[in-house]
Amino acid sequence: MGANDAANIFGTAVATRMVKFRTAAIIASLFVIIGAVISGAGAAKTLGHLGAINALGGSFTVALAAALTVAWMTKLGLPVSTTQAIVGAIIGWDLFTGYLIDTTALSKIVSTWVISPILSGIFAYFLFKLFRLLLKILKIHLLEVDLYTRFGLILIGAFGAYSLGANNIANVMGVFVPAHPFNDVNLFGIIRLTGTQQLFLLGGLAIACGIYTYSLRVMKTVGRDIFKLSPINALVVVLAESLVLFIFASESLERFLITHGLPAIPLVPVSSSQAVVGAVIGIGLARGGGRAINFGVLKKIAWGWVLTPLSAGIMSFFALFFMQNVFQQKVYEPVPYVISSKVLNRLEKENIEVEKLVTVEGRKFSNARRLKYYLRSRFGFSNKEIGIILKFSEVDTLIIDSFIAKKELDPDWFTPEQLKTLKSLHGTIFEHKWELSDTLQKLSPHWRFKPHSTKNILYNRDLKHKYNKLFFTFKKRNISPQNQRLSRK
Amino acid sequence: MFSVIKKTKALEAKIDEFLDTILKASMEFREGLKYYLNGDMEEFEKRSRLVDRLESNADNIRREVENRIYLEMLIPEARGDVLALLENSDNVLNAIADTIVEFSIERPKFPEDLKDQIENLADVSIEAVEEMVATVRSYFKNLTAVRDHLTKVMFYENESDKVGERIKRQVFTREDLHLCNKLQIRTFVVYLQEIADKAEDVGDRVAIYTMKRLV
Repeated sequence: MGANDAANIFGTAVATRMVKFRTAAIIASLFVIIGAVISGAGAAKTLGHLGAINALGGSFTVALAAALTVAWMTKLGLPVSTTQAIVGAIIGWDLFTGYLIDTTALSKIVSTWVISPILSGIFAYFLFKLFRLLLKILKIHLLEVDLYTRFGLILIGAFGAYSLGANNIANVMGVFVPAHPFNDVNLFGIIRLTGTQQLFLLGGLAIACGIYTYSLRVMKTVGRDIFKLSPINALVVVLAESLVLFIFASESLERFLITHGLPAIPLVPVSSSQAVVGAVIGIGLARGGGRAINFGVLKKIAWGWVLTPLSAGIMSFFALFFMQNVFQQKVYEPVPYVISSKVLNRLEKENIEVEKLVTVEGRKFSNARRLKYYLRSRFGFSNKEIGIILKFSEVDTLIIDSFIAKKELDPDWFTPEQLKTLKSLHGTIFEHKWELSDTLQKLSPHWRFKPHSTKNILYNRDLKHKYNKLFFTFKKRNISPQNQRLSRK
Repeated sequence: MFSVIKKTKALEAKIDEFLDTILKASMEFREGLKYYLNGDMEEFEKRSRLVDRLESNADNIRREVENRIYLEMLIPEARGDVLALLENSDNVLNAIADTIVEFSIERPKFPEDLKDQIENLADVSIEAVEEMVATVRSYFKNLTAVRDHLTKVMFYENESDKVGERIKRQVFTREDLHLCNKLQIRTFVVYLQEIADKAEDVGDRVAIYTMKRLV
């Protein structure tokens, strides 16, 4: 990934000899790491929804399957995308373990694959026109244009690397997020790094290694063979690509849009390769109308959308099978479901016809797909109802421990009232996530959600994140590994 | 950052200086030729030496610019184009300097009634050179103006062809000149035409290089 995607950002600049490889490598590495650590979380969350891979063996296998797919597709000369490979591989894991595929998250991700090249094409089109107009009006000397382009390439390259780190770190390390063993650390008492951020730092360093060792050759290929661009066009391409990566990764932009009542852009890992291709097509359109579109390239991209996730999914599925049965590695933690009387009572409040379910009271299901299949074939519940039943019948044993709370929960994030309420529950054991959240909401208004409105979206979302943090924290130290499930749902 | 901009500006100034030198030499050439045709040989020789000095000056400036562009790895995309442009502009200047030296060595004799036309031919050719310099300048700074100057270069080159041909036809139909005289006059007409030809060569190159930069 370091080799491949960094090449998309600095490839044209290095190949046109506008920027030295050393300079490019240093800047790219530095900003990829910064971007990954500071704002990598946004896109990673969406990926986490798709499948919370909860055992390290599984994360490893999924990442390996995706990496192999990328290597293989690159060899075939297809514009390969790490994003698509990883999504395919995660779906392979979902299928293997019986984890239910989150269709909203999936459609969110897939739709951005189509949108991101189009968007970057539009950006490139207008940026190109703007640059050309400016050059015409300002009448800058060739040598100065050269100088400014050089600075521009480095500056925008840095921005691009930052956006790349923020957006695509999820591809590399996203699958490890629910399963990583890191705790929060304080660096010199100033910088606080969460476990996820440490994970992303590690990923960023790995990418940096990739940039140093492998990317020179790829950069040359990208810059020379695929698109022969003038330095200014290269600048436009990189800028358009970086903007696209940025808007799909920036949590602050999302927050801004939400607080102003505008539709938010989903934070999703998008493919930098395809953004580049989109931008090049945009420039082609700006330059010479529809003639410039190479339909062969478009066809290749469309194939990539299908072929990459598909082959990564298949590969991941079989790799997991081998991992589990040949190498005897645990690739997932089973998540059981139970229809207990407690669950039935709670479901009644959600307007589910529990009479139907009374007959199966006390029955356990080993995974979500079995339960879903059972509910549908036996009782004919709708998808929405099944979703609700699944949510409340999921078994996660949570033990509230105020010592752990003190150590793990950030007092700057959780309010004192919230922490106090939590402390009062010390030693309580909950069988379901909803039991904990219901109890907390009953005990304190500080744990309650506000009415749904644009103003409250951010507050509610923050609260939801806090709940997720609780689920994560109090399950982690669960003694019985059978019931352990490190989900962030 | 600022020191880099400063350096870049200095290099731009060098390129301008190079083009100025071509312009100066071509004007000195025109003046020198007028003195020659009027028989003021002392003034003519002075101008001839001046043109020679300007020519070697221009060579030095050109080498310096070329070295810096290569050493500092500037304009990687247009580097070859710019160097070719500088070399070819220098060729025009060389043609001017060579021609005036030939005048000084051979001292060709023109019949009185032809002198006006010879002067006209020199004017037109130098006009072409001046427009060529303007074309090259706009290639660096103002691409939209390239076309206007280029059209003028073409026009003057064409004009110099016509004037030259007319002179040659007149010369060879005359009875009052020896063949050796006629041949010498023809040679000098060709020299003068060549100046415009070389200017046009540069113009043609700029046309292509401009297209490359527009896209």
